[in-house]
Amino acid sequence: MYKYDQYDQAMVDARVEEFRDQTRRRLDGSLAEEHFRPLRLMNGLYLQLHAYMLRVAVPYGTLNSDQMHALADIAEKYDRGYGHFTTRQNIQYNWIKLEDAPDILADLAKVEMHAIQTSGNCIRNISSDHFAGAAADELVDPRPYAEILRQWSSFHPEFSYLPRKFKICVIASDTDRAAMRLHDIGIQIVKNDAGELGAAFYVGGGMGRTPIIAPCINEFVPLDQLVTYSEACLRVYNRYGRRDNKYKARIKILVHELGKEEYTRQVEEEFAHMLEQGVEPPLAELERIKTYFQDPDFKTGLTDRADRSDPDFALWIDRNCHKHKAPGYVSATISLKPVGGIPGDASVEQMHLMANLAKEYSFDECRVTHAQNIVLPHVEIGRLHELWTKLEEAGLGTPNLDRIDDIIACPGLDYCSLANARSIPVAQKISERFAANGKADELGQLKLKISGCINACGHHHAGHIGILGVDRKGVENYQLLLGGSEAEDTSLGKITGPGFSEDGIVDAVEKAADVYLAHREDGERFLDTYRRIGMDPFKEALYG
Amino acid sequence: MAKELGVSPDAVQFRFRDDEMVDHGMVTVDSFVEQSNASAVRIEPGDDARELLPFLDRLALVEVNFPVFGDGRGYSAARILREAGYTGELRAVGEVLVDQIAYMRRCGFDAFAPDSKLNEADVEAAFARFPEVYQKTVDGAAPIWKLRHG
Repeated sequence: MYKYDQYDQAMVDARVEEFRDQTRRRLDGSLAEEHFRPLRLMNGLYLQLHAYMLRVAVPYGTLNSDQMHALADIAEKYDRGYGHFTTRQNIQYNWIKLEDAPDILADLAKVEMHAIQTSGNCIRNISSDHFAGAAADELVDPRPYAEILRQWSSFHPEFSYLPRKFKICVIASDTDRAAMRLHDIGIQIVKNDAGELGAAFYVGGGMGRTPIIAPCINEFVPLDQLVTYSEACLRVYNRYGRRDNKYKARIKILVHELGKEEYTRQVEEEFAHMLEQGVEPPLAELERIKTYFQDPDFKTGLTDRADRSDPDFALWIDRNCHKHKAPGYVSATISLKPVGGIPGDASVEQMHLMANLAKEYSFDECRVTHAQNIVLPHVEIGRLHELWTKLEEAGLGTPNLDRIDDIIACPGLDYCSLANARSIPVAQKISERFAANGKADELGQLKLKISGCINACGHHHAGHIGILGVDRKGVENYQLLLGGSEAEDTSLGKITGPGFSEDGIVDAVEKAADVYLAHREDGERFLDTYRRIGMDPFKEALYG
Repeated sequence: MAKELGVSPDAVQFRFRDDEMVDHGMVTVDSFVEQSNASAVRIEPGDDARELLPFLDRLALVEVNFPVFGDGRGYSAARILREAGYTGELRAVGEVLVDQIAYMRRCGFDAFAPDSKLNEADVEAAFARFPEVYQKTVDGAAPIWKLRHG
């Protein structure tokens, strides 16, 4: 994985000192909260309901074991013994003291990590495929491109006070595991007819209160123009994105209001101009970065069969392991969704264990997924049972990847000052319900996503089943959505009808699941059945 | 008589140029484009800096207003003017704060007239904070990729 050189390290160290100085001025009163706010946000520090929350960047979701250990140490030293992995492949801590924040950033810098631009109206952490460099179906490893964009977007002087936050995602396979088309810019590395690599740009997607699937504005940007084209997309947005209404300030609204053609025309015009400015790093820089993403030394002649005599282990393999490009290996997902648990939470002990396992079984690498789980990308099939046994002992062996209890949930009203309703207890109740009634096994792939407010941090629009918490006259109320998808068949869920109480929504999810079980045809997932039979049978079951 | 447009030269707290300060009437982008022989113009956040491009040779001062520091359009305006070869004074005015001033300079501003005077030591520290930069802009700084590859 990527290693900082002296330049990268100096930038991160300077940032620590800058934030230490800003915090000092805030604490001594010389910097007003109004002016400090955007600065702390650009360092990932939010003021939540009970305390500060610190969000640490995990660029394209990749961590080594030293970094995972350091994240655990921070949870122990400065928080309450937990970290929370997020849908942006980051980690956040919910109980941080302002005066500790500079020291935490200094601890992070020691392991080549930071919290730069994990919040604020700037370019955020760049996300990617959590199976990058491992998946059998990828064209190339997308992370070098994400890294080149990470450097370009860090401390960008023109684009640090955008109309609104800006999220970029880079993938390199036709299977989308990163919700690429629901980003401000989604990039897919593709090959053209001449066999050259390039970048397809999808611009103006997003969730939030106005979910939009990004249209493709350029099918092939040559790799030596990647930064330049991104710069053009951003400049048009910075100049013309709406600033009169924060709910209409994301780039998706600009692209939607201008129309894809007009936005694209403006970008192409700016691009032609930017090409003259020499803003693009040379291809040698891309090659330099790529050397850090070489395949590890995969062994050859390994067995591609695991001993499946233990049925629990066999189940975990079938559900939580993904096909690897190297024979004899798989990518194994560690579920952070035990029944009744808080989705995405890991304890200090669990983080240390995952770090050790990454080192021992996966070439010192692990990944955070946008679905709030952890991946060990390169595990020998012959050592899976050993790994699984250790995970089981630590409560990390839940075999539920992409199933109804593998729930994405935002922190909700338990922590977040923007939330209208709690998300975590609803997730807990649903996973407990489906564990108790035994239906989770029958349902197969069913992605359920919960947001505690319209900002959609829990990706409810993109859930096969989505739940949106709202405030109805002072009472938490939950709307049900069906038919969303964040994968390559991207679609947006539709609201079924009137909302439900906290207990009512759990019943409603079960009713929707029952409709699927009653109507499904061979091999259909919940989503397929919904797309075939439409909303009516579900409405009938829910409200009839 | 209407209040004169633009900040007074006395309000300029930091200036990184050796030439004399321009001290004549400043006009809006609209009136400048329509007729004016003025050599000083003030850009508001909604103005299109590119409208000035045909007239760069007769401009000596462009003032870019930041009514609120969080409105980042002025950064693009400044960079566009510099990219087009404008060499006159580019002055940031309004809510210009110590924590944004280094970015402003990277986008081509070479004079600053903050609404509230800034602590000079803080500003000096802000300019000196980051040893290198990741991007090529218009401040002449060699980006890190250039340092890596020559």
